[in-house]
Amino acid sequence: MRYAMAIDTKKCVGCGDCVVACQTENNVPHGYCRDWIVESVDGTYPSLSLEFRSERCNHCDNSPCVRCCPTGASHKAEGGIVLVTHHKCIGCGACIQSCPYDARYPHPEGYVDKCTFCIHRVEKGQNPACVDVCPTHCLYFGDLDDPNSDVSLALKDRKWKVLAPEAGTKPQLYFLT
Amino acid sequence: MKTRRDFIKISAVGTGATVLGLSAFGAKKFKWFEPKIEGPVSDEDLTPYATYCEVCFWKCGAWAYVDKQGRIRKIVGNQNDPHCNGRLCPRGTGGVGMYYDEDRLKTPLIREKKADGSQEFREASWEEALDLVASKMKEVKEKYGPEAFGLFNHGNPGGHLEHLMRAYGSESNAEPAFANCRGPRSSAYFATFGAYIGSPECTDIRDTGCLVLIGSHLGENMHNSQVQEMSQAIDNGATIITVDPRFSTAAAHSTHWLPIKPATDIALLMAWIHVLIYENLYNKAFVDQYTFGLDHLKEHVKNMTPEWAYGITDIKPDVIRKTARAMAGAAPAVVIHPGRHVVWYGDDTQRERAMAILTALLGAWGKRGGLYIPEGVSVPKYPQPHYPEPEWTWKDINEGKYPLATMGITTELLKASVPRLNYKHQVKAWFVGGTNLPLAMPDKKLFKEAAEAVEFIAVMDTMPMEITGYADVILPEATYLERYDFIRSSPNRVPNIAVHVPAAEPKYDSKPGWWIAKQIGERLGLHDYFNYDDFSEVVDWQLKQLGTSLEEMKKIGVKEYPRKSGPLYLGDGEEFKFNTSTGKVELYSVDFADEGFEAMPVYKAHPEPPQNFYRLIYGRAPMHTFSRTSNNPNLWDLMSENAVWVNPKVADLWALKKDQEVWLKNQDGAVTSFPVKVRVTERIRWDSVYMVHGFGHSDKKLSRAYGRGASDEELITNIAVDPIMGGTGMRGNFITFLKDNPATEVKEDKA
Ligand code: SF4
Ligand code: SF4
Ligand code: SF4
Repeated sequence: MRYAMAIDTKKCVGCGDCVVACQTENNVPHGYCRDWIVESVDGTYPSLSLEFRSERCNHCDNSPCVRCCPTGASHKAEGGIVLVTHHKCIGCGACIQSCPYDARYPHPEGYVDKCTFCIHRVEKGQNPACVDVCPTHCLYFGDLDDPNSDVSLALKDRKWKVLAPEAGTKPQLYFLT
Repeated sequence: MKTRRDFIKISAVGTGATVLGLSAFGAKKFKWFEPKIEGPVSDEDLTPYATYCEVCFWKCGAWAYVDKQGRIRKIVGNQNDPHCNGRLCPRGTGGVGMYYDEDRLKTPLIREKKADGSQEFREASWEEALDLVASKMKEVKEKYGPEAFGLFNHGNPGGHLEHLMRAYGSESNAEPAFANCRGPRSSAYFATFGAYIGSPECTDIRDTGCLVLIGSHLGENMHNSQVQEMSQAIDNGATIITVDPRFSTAAAHSTHWLPIKPATDIALLMAWIHVLIYENLYNKAFVDQYTFGLDHLKEHVKNMTPEWAYGITDIKPDVIRKTARAMAGAAPAVVIHPGRHVVWYGDDTQRERAMAILTALLGAWGKRGGLYIPEGVSVPKYPQPHYPEPEWTWKDINEGKYPLATMGITTELLKASVPRLNYKHQVKAWFVGGTNLPLAMPDKKLFKEAAEAVEFIAVMDTMPMEITGYADVILPEATYLERYDFIRSSPNRVPNIAVHVPAAEPKYDSKPGWWIAKQIGERLGLHDYFNYDDFSEVVDWQLKQLGTSLEEMKKIGVKEYPRKSGPLYLGDGEEFKFNTSTGKVELYSVDFADEGFEAMPVYKAHPEPPQNFYRLIYGRAPMHTFSRTSNNPNLWDLMSENAVWVNPKVADLWALKKDQEVWLKNQDGAVTSFPVKVRVTERIRWDSVYMVHGFGHSDKKLSRAYGRGASDEELITNIAVDPIMGGTGMRGNFITFLKDNPATEVKEDKA
């Protein structure tokens, strides 16, 4: 099993609903976020292109954050979901430093927090909250090993890219272009 | 509050420009950690309460999830609601913040004049506040007649006040949603098709082959089901044509973006019409059978060629032809989106007419993928006596101006409140419900003069806002999550209703709008109009007439009904009589001609910015609505202030840097109260600037929103009034930059 997410940049409008849904679903404190939006513009007026990307932890196959965690708090759960066990985290921040995607944040209570792919929902066969809320239906989630999962189907006929492939982390967030 | 990073990152060039790296946080705590904050709860442990979102006017059916401690944890869309298909927009998802906002109005407040002349609000009991409103209403009635008590209303809260005012004898009401927003399109589509476009608009985007957006920012205005359908249209490979001087989100997702010169849209529309007619691309069957005036129109647009329009709009003739042919190719599955906030240049009804005519030529009315025929549920009226007949109403306030207005005009109501302007019918007191007038109205000066002239202002709202600052009495209203309210029955493809059930008790000492209206009504001896103890009785009675009950609706939230008016689309060649003077779709408007207006739209040039000035274009961000959500903690997190978008060429000229704070000044010398950050971006033309509406709050009680960003409304002093329906065109203002605080400049001048 290999959980992954695909994000269709042709449809995302950068509304941030995924961010708010994550905030309420996971009780993320105000002022912090587990997912966020990047807007990137290319060209000069009027020959322009614009891309919105809803970004979050890439649940990297080869995850430096897990390797560098001195206490084992950062670990990989079933299906490759990268998690932090809060009570084992000493807040040293090594994982924050090691993540090339800026995906982790220091929770004000002293531990490191990040996207969990809403594992509490996924375990019950539901989608992550951001996927279910997105009004443009541009997020696809599922098991890459299952050719019929939403994410596999989304990746099948489209071009895609991953972010910072040069970092060698093997990210599991695919951006459809 | 310090944020770890921006919730929205803007990267200047291409992909991969994300800001990377971050330093570890503060002092390290070398101890095993026991988390106190609760994590997620599973949906099974939460109780869902049926509601519909009231953060904006789309009214999406939703469930408020409440945990065992009675706290509202999250709000999600109702799967069975065609307004949202189970998904809310960011504002709807963030609706919890509206409930939890600790800046909410908590208790009734009464303005008190002190001996030294200063004024302040003091807390009051409901008894006292309601008595005061009722006594003022009696006083106005005796002195001037009930008609002199005006009402500015919006949404559900406004509805309860409207009922109260009508029972009391006044129909002097107006809502910004008409003359400051969508009025021109109502009048234009009604004149053309004899039907209203409705809300949600009856646009069949999900099945369209071609979607045309003219200054309509789908995706930035999160009109939920339409944004969803635009996404479906993208998946289906529909052609999307976006006309906008700004590279909007919709433009970025379009097949064709036409970067039009501002204020020239009518020329483009007329050229499209020209191409359809003179290239014989229009839908002959539809036009022959259903329309009136093709010959007039043909003659009228004879010289309005793409070459003619090019000189006006900056859009190349071949692009005009290509896009017109794309529409014709997809016809009748074409949506010419009528837009929402359509008051731009004062000839807006005519621009909307051009859009309606284009729709008719493509045969896209009543067709799959065009405009569908909407149907709503008519909710039976709870038994009550007839309303008394007022001696004059909002119609008379207009004094014969704007004959085709279908609702009260806010600016006219303001003018009638200013004795100096000598209106025949004078307004002496106001009730304001659910609208933050100072930020919703153009022409601040007029607003201030009117607010100062009236004898009494009562405001009902959930949040302290600029308008509450003008109140004599402030009535704190419960949020939609804490009250029963009207049944929602807006027309849609399938007729349906939705209900509100309180998910929590009203916080603090706030009260539902219906309760406030009833209490005042009772004090005025209007019990027969408020013959219930709790509004749930009204709702239940109405639901029973509709063959359901509150009990059932609590479980389902939204209920659909079979259509009675016939199919969603017109059959091929089916007989149909339109509700216009000719019974046909009027390409040539007989009503407009009769009233002395142009029967077919004409392009007229509008003033252009003087040197060193730039056209002020304003719009929406997906995470906020009007000025009402700027303080919502969840949404503030996403966007806490606006910025002024400046083209890099302009930035160079003025030596403006990214994030530099500037004050904006308009052609009439109006200056923003607060500075606004510069956003240097290619997404805007060099003759214009852009900012998101609804920021620059001046009420200190909004602890988050106060002083954040600038208010576009302060810069809108030049208003082009639409002679047809009184719309207030607000895009004719030009701004320049002040790099130093104008307040200090003044001080230095004096020194
Ligand atoms: S909710 Fe969907 S459309 Fe909105 S920003 Fe997130 S991914 Fe994009
Ligand atoms: S994105 Fe960052 S936090 Fe997430 S798995 Fe990769 S390295 Fe770790
Ligand atoms: S569009 Fe958004 S804010 Fe408006 S009613 Fe729907 S969910 Fe609420």
